[in-house]
Amino acid sequence: MTAPAIETAGLIKRFGDNTAVAGVDLTVPPGTVYGLLGPNGAGKTTVVRMLATLLRPDGGTAQVFGHDVVRQADAVRSRVSLTGQYASVDEDLTGSENLVLLARLLGHSKPQARDRAAQLLAAFGLTEAAGRQVKKYSGGMRRRIDIAASILNTPDLLFLDEPTTGLDPRSRNQVWDIVRIVVAAGTTVLLTTQYLDEADQLAGRIAVIDHGKVIAEGTPGELKSSIGAGTIHVRLRDAAQRPSAERVLAAVLGTSVQQGSDPVALTARAEAGGSDRGAAELASQALARLAEAGIVVDDFSLGQPSLDEVFLALTDRPGVPA
Amino acid sequence: MTTDTAESVASYAPSSETLSAVLTRAERPRRPSAWTASLTFGWRAILKIKHVPEQLFDVTAFPIIMTLMFTYLFGGALAGSTGEYLQFFLPGIMVTSVVMITMYTGVGLNTDIEKGVFDRFRTLPVWRPAALVGMIFGDVLRYILAATTIMVVGLILGFRPEGGFVGVIGGMALLVVFSFAFSWIWTMFGLFLRSEKSVMGVSMLVLFPLTFLSNVFVDPSTMPGWLQAFVKVNPISHLVSAIRSIMAGSPDMAEIMWTFIASAALVLIFGTLTMRLYNRK
Repeated sequence: MTAPAIETAGLIKRFGDNTAVAGVDLTVPPGTVYGLLGPNGAGKTTVVRMLATLLRPDGGTAQVFGHDVVRQADAVRSRVSLTGQYASVDEDLTGSENLVLLARLLGHSKPQARDRAAQLLAAFGLTEAAGRQVKKYSGGMRRRIDIAASILNTPDLLFLDEPTTGLDPRSRNQVWDIVRIVVAAGTTVLLTTQYLDEADQLAGRIAVIDHGKVIAEGTPGELKSSIGAGTIHVRLRDAAQRPSAERVLAAVLGTSVQQGSDPVALTARAEAGGSDRGAAELASQALARLAEAGIVVDDFSLGQPSLDEVFLALTDRPGVPA
Repeated sequence: MTTDTAESVASYAPSSETLSAVLTRAERPRRPSAWTASLTFGWRAILKIKHVPEQLFDVTAFPIIMTLMFTYLFGGALAGSTGEYLQFFLPGIMVTSVVMITMYTGVGLNTDIEKGVFDRFRTLPVWRPAALVGMIFGDVLRYILAATTIMVVGLILGFRPEGGFVGVIGGMALLVVFSFAFSWIWTMFGLFLRSEKSVMGVSMLVLFPLTFLSNVFVDPSTMPGWLQAFVKVNPISHLVSAIRSIMAGSPDMAEIMWTFIASAALVLIFGTLTMRLYNRK
């Protein structure tokens, strides 16, 4: 597996007058989770659909493990699986019927298909729900049967299109755990998401997409450090002290200070020559000055900028909601 | 229902061991043959009927109403008595009803394809037309059910085919072959048109002239010349003539041949157009 899992060059897709994907270059190394991060309508799903051979590109090239997605579509299909934004299983059928159906279509004999389905249902905690129609499943169970369907034959590349949209936090964590296990077993995952923390949690590298273009690419750490050294978050005991605390921080840090919607919160960027050590020194100075000024601080932290802030800085508008 | 759903979400914790165990990289099975893949998709259609049996209403109630309505509406006026008319009319109304039912293939595909499951089917390394062929296989069962329903109603009302059991089965078999081929028109429209409603609309536009401007209801010799010309080339007329002859026990080989040629042409033309749309969607 020396070829990249995915390699695209100048990928373009137009729908009428609307250019959904406007020249995307991606290189995804095998065995990793690669995040495509962007707001609704940024073109993430269109990129995935082209890579999964569902849409024909209007320009540029795309290869999956060295196979062209247009000319060698069947070779691509034998190595990938897709879990779409909407359940990619038949909701009228039971969980078990869905898995047996797909296993048969992948070439398993009837008894093999039944065994494989039972195995996967058990591994995904769906044995009890096996005989129930998928439309009666909860959101989390639906996602699990969907992912189970995607790994009937362990794929080399798994597309997960917004796998946790609409899930409660517990189900979301379950999906994250599953993704980590799937990757550890050697499958490459292309994950699209509009949740910044999801990309941060799972992805080894991230491409930020907006208006059909990649506007930034790198590891989560690289993306964050390209924005600034760190961010200081302060929570005051007394909201009335916020204006004076703001003046103190602005004087020490030499940057503008943002007031959060929370009346006792303040956020400021610490940029001291771009190094973390400098930022930490600045932060401790700031904390000392606040104490001297008689301002009571309940919580004080220095963190890397969140991907939210990264997105805001890259696109001049908040990432979520789009 | 809700409580046990909540419970199984709460109690599930992805286990690295069990999941890794199912993520084997054992050698993959060989891809299924075109026939196996189509039959598997046909099995999906049967499962859907099993879970939503109400959908059989339109292949049972609709044909019964059509048969009763036209037999008693036209029977006395056109043939002197309903019994007389039935001998002429039953094969024709069977064709009309079943051919009209074929449009549900398009309606079904149009609603089905909008769901995510078709994305998965289209990313599977199987023979491309299998999903659609299998879908029509499922519909063929519905055609058989509809044709059988009409035949039973006809026999109760007094239809007496001279070709006997073999003639009846032969006639129905020919109808099923033609309907299978005719369904590809609807898969094309189902993929091409944007909504279920527009599929219905177009199907009425195609089906009414095709079934009524034929030899189903009356003998074409009373029609004006230009209409006779259309009725003569209408494949439905050939199909009806062929089935009448088979059920009467004296198969008309020329008409049967015409029906087979029309069926092959339908599959060739509309099957190809369907697959072009399917691959591009």
